[in-house]
Amino acid sequence: MTISFLLLAAITIIGTAAAMSLKNLVHCVLALSLGLVGLAALYMQLGAQFVGFTQILVYVGAVAILAAFVIMMTRSANPTLTNAASSFRASGPLIAVLVFAVLAWATISGTSAQPILTAAPEGSVGQIGTALMHRFVLPLEVIGLLLTAALIGAGILAMDEHRGTQHRGKQ
Amino acid sequence: MSPLSGYLLLSAFLFSIGLAGALTRRNAILVLIGIELMLNAANLNFIAFWRYGPHPEALTGVMFAIFSISVAAAEAAVGLSIILAVYRHSRTTNLDQLNSMKG
Repeated sequence: MTISFLLLAAITIIGTAAAMSLKNLVHCVLALSLGLVGLAALYMQLGAQFVGFTQILVYVGAVAILAAFVIMMTRSANPTLTNAASSFRASGPLIAVLVFAVLAWATISGTSAQPILTAAPEGSVGQIGTALMHRFVLPLEVIGLLLTAALIGAGILAMDEHRGTQHRGKQ
Repeated sequence: MSPLSGYLLLSAFLFSIGLAGALTRRNAILVLIGIELMLNAANLNFIAFWRYGPHPEALTGVMFAIFSISVAAAEAAVGLSIILAVYRHSRTTNLDQLNSMKG
């Protein structure tokens, strides 16, 4: 329980909690980026540098920017409606607190007796690349296929379906 | 408290924040972001168990985290384009108003 862990955990918690509680949606995405950067720094502190940089590239660089674009494209004409009272407004935080209580109880009662390994494991980029090309080559191919399908599917879903018929009508 | 339980508690807290956001927020984009936060909490668990687990040289936790990040990226892309298509159809992203599947 070092000071750096506490600092990074505070950054992550503040960022994500602000992302889930702020009213302005663009502020939410900016706070989310802060929380994800804190999480990436936690990965690096744990010795997984490659996963930390992947987290920054994928989440801060792509997912948060994509969410910001979609928020700006779907800016509602009536912003007060997005904060209307819902059926889960009272029970949602209660459910979350209960889930956290159960998980924290399981963590504290389950891991206290385990020995702690002090030696930091080796997880260099070269080792990860070798493992991806040897032991995990089939999951790598499947992920490539999944990403291609997601790319094509997202493009088709986001395409304006009326535009094609208009062009055809003009011809 | 051992370092592992610290990371696990942080991960549980992140999961709870994501769950509370996904349940209470009424904007579809923020619900998606809450789901992403829950996935990130799982990734933190993978990395923490890899770091403090018995066989870190097998790199299993790192591989799980990398593949999980890729799947989450694909999910975010498809989910956001679905939100865009729904918005183009019904002119709102408020989930309370999206209560009909028929055009």
